[in-house]
Amino acid sequence: MSVLRLDKVSKEYADGSQRVTALEHVSLQLSEGEFVTVVGRSGCGKSTLLHLAGAMDLPTSGRVWIAGVVTSELDDAGLVRLRREAVGHIFQSFELLPTLTVAENVELPLLLAGRGGARARALECLGWVELAELAGRMPHQLSGGQMQRVAIARALVHHPKLLLADEPTGNLDTVTSNLILALLRRISSERGTAILMATHSVELIAAADRSIRLRDGRIAPDG
Amino acid sequence: MAFLRFCRAFLLRPLAQEPIRALLTALAVALGVAVVLAIELAGRAAAGSFHASLESLVGNEDLEITALGGVPEDVYARLATLPYPLHLTARMEDFAVVRPRGEVVPLIGLDLIAVAFEAGTIRPSQQTGSADRPRELPDWNSSVWAGPGLEVHSGDLLRLQINDSEASYRVAGVLPDDSDVAQLQHTVVMDIGLAERVLRREGRIDRILVRLPPGSDAAQYETLLSTQLPGVQVSRSGARTDENRKMLAAFRWNLRLLSYIALIVGSFLIYNTISVSVVRRRREIGVLRAVGASRAQVLAAFLGEAALFGLIGAIAGIPLARAMAAAAVRLLGATVESLYVSSAPAPVAVTPTIAALGFGVGLGVALLSALAPAVEAARVAPVEAMDRGAREFQARVHKGRDAAVAAVLGIAALGASLVPPVGTTPVFGYIAALLLIAAATLLMPAVVAASMPAAGALLKRAGKQGPEALLASRSLAASLRRSAVLAAALATAVAMMASVGIMVSSFRRTVVDWMYQELPADLYLSPAVPPAADRHPTLDPDVPEIIARVPGVAAVGSFRSFSTSYQGLPATLGASDLSVVARASRLEFLTGDRAQILSQLAENDAVVVSEPFANKHHLRAGDSISLPLAARSVSFRVLGIFYDYGSEAGLILVDYASLSRYLPETPPTNVGILLAPGADSDSTRQQIVRALAGRRVSIFSNREIRAQAIRIFDRTFAITYALEAVAILVAVVGIAGALLAVVIDRRRELGLLRFLGASQPQVRRLIVCEAGLLGLLANLAGLVLGVLLSLILIFVINKQSFGWTVRFHWPVALLAGGLGGVYLATLLAALYPARVAARLIPIEVVHEE
Repeated sequence: MSVLRLDKVSKEYADGSQRVTALEHVSLQLSEGEFVTVVGRSGCGKSTLLHLAGAMDLPTSGRVWIAGVVTSELDDAGLVRLRREAVGHIFQSFELLPTLTVAENVELPLLLAGRGGARARALECLGWVELAELAGRMPHQLSGGQMQRVAIARALVHHPKLLLADEPTGNLDTVTSNLILALLRRISSERGTAILMATHSVELIAAADRSIRLRDGRIAPDG
Repeated sequence: MAFLRFCRAFLLRPLAQEPIRALLTALAVALGVAVVLAIELAGRAAAGSFHASLESLVGNEDLEITALGGVPEDVYARLATLPYPLHLTARMEDFAVVRPRGEVVPLIGLDLIAVAFEAGTIRPSQQTGSADRPRELPDWNSSVWAGPGLEVHSGDLLRLQINDSEASYRVAGVLPDDSDVAQLQHTVVMDIGLAERVLRREGRIDRILVRLPPGSDAAQYETLLSTQLPGVQVSRSGARTDENRKMLAAFRWNLRLLSYIALIVGSFLIYNTISVSVVRRRREIGVLRAVGASRAQVLAAFLGEAALFGLIGAIAGIPLARAMAAAAVRLLGATVESLYVSSAPAPVAVTPTIAALGFGVGLGVALLSALAPAVEAARVAPVEAMDRGAREFQARVHKGRDAAVAAVLGIAALGASLVPPVGTTPVFGYIAALLLIAAATLLMPAVVAASMPAAGALLKRAGKQGPEALLASRSLAASLRRSAVLAAALATAVAMMASVGIMVSSFRRTVVDWMYQELPADLYLSPAVPPAADRHPTLDPDVPEIIARVPGVAAVGSFRSFSTSYQGLPATLGASDLSVVARASRLEFLTGDRAQILSQLAENDAVVVSEPFANKHHLRAGDSISLPLAARSVSFRVLGIFYDYGSEAGLILVDYASLSRYLPETPPTNVGILLAPGADSDSTRQQIVRALAGRRVSIFSNREIRAQAIRIFDRTFAITYALEAVAILVAVVGIAGALLAVVIDRRRELGLLRFLGASQPQVRRLIVCEAGLLGLLANLAGLVLGVLLSLILIFVINKQSFGWTVRFHWPVALLAGGLGGVYLATLLAALYPARVAARLIPIEVVHEE
């Protein structure tokens, strides 16, 4: 069964009195452990695709399956539940909460979901990204690479089937980017987590199982 | 012009993008301004009219001659024979109750024959004939002239209760309707002979008004007449108004200062609004500086934003104040009347001075509150791009230093509370209170930083709000500067509520305890006249004897009170039948043996004085005071100082027998009745009423009179509760506005939480949780501050202003209810910002940069 499936998905937005099409008839499928990158110019619809894939938004037409569940058939509570169980997010700017410690940041998705054993699980994930010793630190005491590794640990803490990453190395230097790339590869291969990543990085594109090119909201023929 | 355009783009546009938050800030200022103006307006209306009735009826007099118990008529004769060209007017002054409507009106007795031959002062209406045809003058012995407000006509019968007797009087004329003084519209004038008789003061004149020849030196004549007429008081005309004004000053000042608390709370909120504005637009300010804006322009722009809030606050606050004042004036008027002086509330008038005060207060407080953040904005260097985290870091770094300054201010407050008053004004008490509030404000960042982690952990453990509590507590601790200002604003309002609550409740408990000691009689009887501090209607002299004959009555004690003045301040002289009621009372003295003091009081020219009187005049046991009794200056030795809460002006108590030596045949103003053991109170009371049939008297049981006193007490302090409510409202409105700002500032973080799996209710709960934590902290801090402020209120400000010893009392239920109410209001204030937070669209807010 696919972890993520998009079938003829379109997304339109209202911009004043005009309708803007962000995605048009996009179909896509990701299997367990698959590492797929989405490339394309700014405004081509990469972020919209990630939002639909993460159940953060609903398509105007077409259907999105996440772990076998059709997102447009869920109410808000159902979408929240789906996100909590099946999806993890990684952002370009890390988006760690500055007021929480590293461990608290990582355990937050479990706390929000009301799941027990959050701290132990958070420490386990931090161990997995080799930052267990920094669990008590505050985000501003970390380097950019460390922050992104904490963000990855947070995205994995609830064992999601699907990891969505939006330019995860966009704010990192080459050496750190390579470390993150290696980490992401481990995630897909060792944990079987499907990864859908928007990126401009040639290294990331090269390391992916496959790449999709978006152009004006459509999957380009060469993608 | 260019600057205005810059202000519009830089300030007004961002404000317009958050209209609700801007409106809430303006509303907070408007409420603060309104409450200050309302108290000023109501105070003026309630207190401003008291001078009118008795002092301005007979034109421009220069001096007045008075004596306690009345000026003997022979003094008038002596005055008339003095070789000075003086114009003299003898006057009786009291009150009458118009029956059946029950309206209390001023009653003036004038020598109408003399008046009738003068032009312009009082003009009998045409129906009564003119002064040059004396044969048409009415019968002075049964006629009255009525103010136009009484709505009677010449020839009507006007039924008046004077003292405890009721009779009908023929209206001989209506006073001219040319006075703008409200009380004159309702005055009753009668001939002085008739007035002396019906007031039971025959042979004694209440006041002789003296008009000096034009160009005379009033001070010179004052000294001259004082020398010629020993034993009477010669004072400038209008002195009574000044005395009353002086006496009311403390009352009005305390009320005024309470009203300023709402403004102080409002100022915290303006400070917060402008601070948020500066922090948010720091980068923008840097860019503006880089493209040529000067420091002065940046400073002016932010001060302009504050001034806009001040201006809107003043414009909205003035009409709001008028409405509030209209509601407050009746309460204040009743308080002034029962505690100080008879007064008919004047209309509430928004004068240009009041409007100017509104704009001054609104703009002043807005600019002062915004000064610090505006200066900070002006200091931003063109290349600076300091983020919020760094600014909050500064707040964390400085919290230790601020706590140290707070400690110094606290010590200074303690020092100020020990300094004696300036006159009777507790200037240093007020300073101590302000220092304490300032200390609490500076201490707040340290308190927030220390308490939030613990509070978050506690909440997490106590309920199911785990992540919300954690995030809320961390967020509040991280936004130390903003959290501390909000907590300080709410804590100040809570502290005001707690301190005034403790003070009023301590005072109330003290008064209740005192009444049990002070009121030993089973029944009390007095003329049925609505009570006022300066009304002393008398009973028929036969009344005590009649009551004494009623079966079941063991003893009757008479009491007589007079309004007087001592060293330029109003006071009450009371004469008590020490052989009966005073002996039964457990009158408590500050020092000395009660029994010994009371036995000496019965024997000598001696007095005991109340604590407020002793404090006002710096008297101690053993000192002497001189009182003008009849036409003699009598020196009395002060035997002791007793606790008394019945009169702020102060009470001088003499034995009735001592008074009678100087003022024989003085009728009592009320009597206390002790019942024989086993006598039934209700049936004895009915028998007394029957025995006094035809007399207008009120009879109260001990319990009723205490209940009545407590009703007056509660009405007196109702206004303080209203002021507290407004201050709390300002704080809660401010919290709502500030939480809205928090939501707008943290929208990205809130959006992120949704990405991480937070549901809409969780985001909503997070904001409510923040409000709850803020409310909890502010309640606790406010309670501590409130208790400290209450100590200053009770033992410094009250003691120095009014001279009362008040015993501290914890009003547990009141505090629990008040704090619970504030907490609930804080949570309610968070509902709208929480709704806004929950409705944020995460994919929009997370990606906006």
